[in-house]
Amino acid sequence: MCLAVPGKVVEVDYPFAVVDFKGARRKVRIDLLDDVKAGDYVLVHVGFAIQKVEKSEAEEIESFLEQLAC
Amino acid sequence: MSLGKKIAEMIREEAKGEEEIRIMHLCGTHEDTITRYGIRSLLPKNVKLLSGPGCPVCITPDSDLQKVFHLLEKKDVILTTFGDMARVPCMGKTLFSFRGERDVRIVYSVFDAVEIAKKESKPVVHFGIGFETTMPSTALAVLDDVENFYVFSSHRYFIPAMDYLLSLGEARIDAFINPGHVSTIVGVKAYNEITEKYRVPQVIAGFEANDVLLAVFMLVKTVKKLRAGEKPESLLMNEYTRAVSYEGNVKAQKVMEEVFGREDWEWRGLGVVPNSGAPISKKYSEHDACFAFEDVFEDFTPSEDPKKRACRCGEVLRGLITPKDCPLFMKSCTPRDPVGPCMVSFEGTCSIWAKYGEYNF
Repeated sequence: MCLAVPGKVVEVDYPFAVVDFKGARRKVRIDLLDDVKAGDYVLVHVGFAIQKVEKSEAEEIESFLEQLAC
Repeated sequence: MSLGKKIAEMIREEAKGEEEIRIMHLCGTHEDTITRYGIRSLLPKNVKLLSGPGCPVCITPDSDLQKVFHLLEKKDVILTTFGDMARVPCMGKTLFSFRGERDVRIVYSVFDAVEIAKKESKPVVHFGIGFETTMPSTALAVLDDVENFYVFSSHRYFIPAMDYLLSLGEARIDAFINPGHVSTIVGVKAYNEITEKYRVPQVIAGFEANDVLLAVFMLVKTVKKLRAGEKPESLLMNEYTRAVSYEGNVKAQKVMEEVFGREDWEWRGLGVVPNSGAPISKKYSEHDACFAFEDVFEDFTPSEDPKKRACRCGEVLRGLITPKDCPLFMKSCTPRDPVGPCMVSFEGTCSIWAKYGEYNF
C-alpha cells in the first residue's frame, strides 16, 4: 500500500507528467512536488509523484523491486 | 562475505549477553522484506522483530467496511477503492460481492476515480484508505472539486498509533523501524514527539534486506547504550536518506492539513486511537460521503461479524502474537479463502507468512 515506485519523467504537462517505469509509461500527477522536469527521477505512489530522487537512488530501488517481482 | 551477512554478524556481536531486544516494524513492505529474505533467521535469539499495525487494509475496522456496504445497499453510487480492500470479507460479504447489483470499481489511483466522476452522472464515492503516504493524493482529488465526486474517508494518521501502542505497553517495544514512504511525506521531524515522550529509539528504513538489517543494527546498538545508562548519539535516525528528508514533503503536508481534520477513530485490533482519524474537514463537506449521504448513515449501527470471533488479526497487528499462534492460520483462513484482513492484503502479516511459507519454520 505504501510502496512507491521510481520512474523517469518523460514529458511534463503540469499538473501531469508521463513517467516511464522501465518501459511502461503512465500519466502521473506531479503537483505534490515543485519544478519537476523531463529527465528527473521521481518516486510514484498511487499515481502521484511524492519525491524526487537521484538517478542512482532510483536504480537502487528499481533493482530491489525487480527482485521482489521474480 | 555478503554485506547482509556481515551486518547480521555485527548484530550478533552487538547483542551478545543482552536481555531480549524487541524491535517493532510498522510497514507491510518491511514485513515482506523480513520474511522474504529470512531476516529473522539471521538474528540472534535475543533480538526479536515484531510486526506492527502497518497495513492500512488490515487496520480498517469492520465498522467502516459495513458503513460502505450500507451505503451501497441504500444508494445507487459508483464505488471506487483499491484492490485489496474489495476482497476483505465481513458479514459474509465483500465489496466485490456487490458487483452485478452495484457498480464497484477497483482503481490504481484516486485520480482514476475523479476521471470516472467526470464521465458519469452518478455520484462516485471513493473509499479512501491509507496513511500519510496516500492521504495527499486523496486531498488533491477533493481539491479538484468535481461535483459528483465524494470521499468516504477511512484514512488514518500513523504517528498517533505509535504513541498509542507505546502507551499500552503490552508488546514491550524497545525500538521501532519506522515506515519509509510515510516518512517521505511527514519527514524525520514528525517523529520528534515520540522521541520526546517515550525516548524510544527509531530508525526510518528503506525496503531492501540490507536496509532492514542496518536499521536493526543501529537500534540494537542504541537500545544497548540506553540500557547501560549511556547517552546514545541520537534516538531518531534516518537510514533511508535516499527518499526521506528531515522536513518531508511540505507541499503534501499542507494539502493534507487543508483537506483533512483530526478525530479519535477506531483501528482494528487497537480500539479507539486518539487523534488518528482523518475525516474530510467541514470546509470540503460537499465532497464528504459521510456528510452528503448523512441520511443513509443515520440509522446505521455496525454489528460484530460472527465469522471473525476466532480471528486474531487484532493481536497480530499489536505485535502480541505471530500468525502461527492463530488457530485459524492456514486452516480455515488461507489466502484463497481468508477470514481476516491480515490474510487478504498483500501487506498483511498473515498473507506474507503464507506466501513465503514462514509458518513451516
